[in-house]
Amino acid sequence: MADQPTSGVPIELRKVTKAFPGGGEPAVRELDLDIPAGEIVVLLGPSGCGKTTTMRMINRLIEPTSGDILIGGQNSRGIDPDRLRRHIGYVIQQAGLFPHMTVAANIAQVPKMLGWDKQRIAERVDELLELVGLEPGTYRDTYPRRLSGGQQQRVGVARALAADPPVLLMDEPFGALDPISRERLQDELLRLQDDLAKTIVFVTHDVDEALKIGDHIAVMQRPGHIVQYARPAEILTNPANDYVEQFLGAGSSMRLLRLTKVGDIELDQVLYASEDADAQELRADIERDGRGYALITDGMRRPLRWIGRDHLEGREGPVGATGDAITGTISHRMTLQDALEELLNADTDNVPVVGRRQAYAGSLSLATVQNAIAAIKARERERRLRRVEAQ
Amino acid sequence: MSLWEYVEDRWDLILFETVQHASMVAQCVLIAAILGVLIGVAAYRRPRPSALATTIAGVLFTIPSLALLGLLIPPLGLGVAPSVTAIVVYALLPIIRNTIVGLQGVDPLLVDAARGIGMSRRRLLTRIELPLAWPVILTGIRVSTQLAMGIGAVAAYVSGPGLGEQIFSGLARLGGANAVNSALTGTIGVAILALLFDAAFVLLGRFTTPGERRAAMGGARG
Repeated sequence: MADQPTSGVPIELRKVTKAFPGGGEPAVRELDLDIPAGEIVVLLGPSGCGKTTTMRMINRLIEPTSGDILIGGQNSRGIDPDRLRRHIGYVIQQAGLFPHMTVAANIAQVPKMLGWDKQRIAERVDELLELVGLEPGTYRDTYPRRLSGGQQQRVGVARALAADPPVLLMDEPFGALDPISRERLQDELLRLQDDLAKTIVFVTHDVDEALKIGDHIAVMQRPGHIVQYARPAEILTNPANDYVEQFLGAGSSMRLLRLTKVGDIELDQVLYASEDADAQELRADIERDGRGYALITDGMRRPLRWIGRDHLEGREGPVGATGDAITGTISHRMTLQDALEELLNADTDNVPVVGRRQAYAGSLSLATVQNAIAAIKARERERRLRRVEAQ
Repeated sequence: MSLWEYVEDRWDLILFETVQHASMVAQCVLIAAILGVLIGVAAYRRPRPSALATTIAGVLFTIPSLALLGLLIPPLGLGVAPSVTAIVVYALLPIIRNTIVGLQGVDPLLVDAARGIGMSRRRLLTRIELPLAWPVILTGIRVSTQLAMGIGAVAAYVSGPGLGEQIFSGLARLGGANAVNSALTGTIGVAILALLFDAAFVLLGRFTTPGERRAAMGGARG
């Protein structure tokens, strides 16, 4: 299908309460939540905190006791539940594929209910299998039990996406997978989401998963309310209370390294010049700068060579092709953790960071990363102090 | 007269009674299967009706077949009516029980997945639950068929159709000419029929659970 995939719609929960009969305190209590269109919102919390109940109320697998849920501005109470669910993708733990149907038949279920013709369904099935990284010719006619857990969940995601719904609900979808498959499927979900821009509600109790996947994270606490709803970095650096901090657990500095992009920290602005620059002028600049070296870039500001004072000694006219060729660059999109890995393996202490169109954006060294960690820690200390003072 | 001569001599009659027996059992089991599955489907979602249905069928099951047939004579008279009624009653229990057990045994995760992608109750039942429970239900029908074979023979007591006639007339004339031959013919005939029906069920099972079968073949290919 050439047409654009349907992108996400916002979901609003308004004072949603769910009390199960004879269950004592409500499982979810007067919960308000705005889920922006096209974002991944993670409901994070320990078991029994009401996160799954909250998610299941969105597609009315559980009927709210009171309150309203608006999907794309439309109140879900006004829509027949079965019809509603055909337009909301649903992915559960262990995929829940129907064992008596082929992979293709599993994926085709929703389009069939929506009355698509055979030809269109067959095309869509192949398209989806390719999208989730399964070769249609190999997997179309196999049965689910022949697939690994990871492959089954890929089919599960394909089934949820079959009718191109604007909203996707995912209930601990990768919880039953081994760490490697889980990591890979998370990466692929993010890659898919880059193209699809669905509104995804993702339930998990895995903090790392939440931090990696979520655009926003709602940390939930028993009984059924949200303690903090914010972006991952905000939750890490500024947890709303002790509960959140405790739930995040130790190692939040390491997590920050994984979460922070190179582009987010202050880079070492090493002097740079183009090949046409006058050698003696550059030498004077380097002298004044004090670092003793500079970066030579091409006309598009792409890094080429490191150049030291000595290279320019006695040289007249433009800089030209002198200097030591750089051995690699770091993308500004890389996480600090990956950047650290690059730095430790690099031949030079400094590695140029490139932004859009590979243009030079600054330089990274172990010292720069260390400073960034220090800054994060300082911010954390400050925040703790503020909280202690407030008490 | 040897057994073989006895059979040769009365081949037409024996063949007729065998066909009658088979036809009666097949029809009774069909009725019981439809009723049993319907009752099972109506009951399986709720624990109390499930328990009630199995208990009632179980209680009926404990009545000796001869006694039940005798009890059915006053309201239904002799012949086909009481025979069919008795066979159906006995055949119901395994089918109801297996239908309930089979449907309840479907993985709740799959039911949740089916509901979650927007299947109606009815579609869930016909596309997911019944196909998945089918092997168990089929086993129930198979057990019922074997039961019906035996009770079908006893039905001759109320002048029901089938091979039971050979057995009962043989037993009634015990010591007389051909009495043993007659009883043996009836018994062996019922046994052969039972084996044939069972074989038919094995084939039916193979052809009605294509998923597993084709998956197995796919494995052999790959």
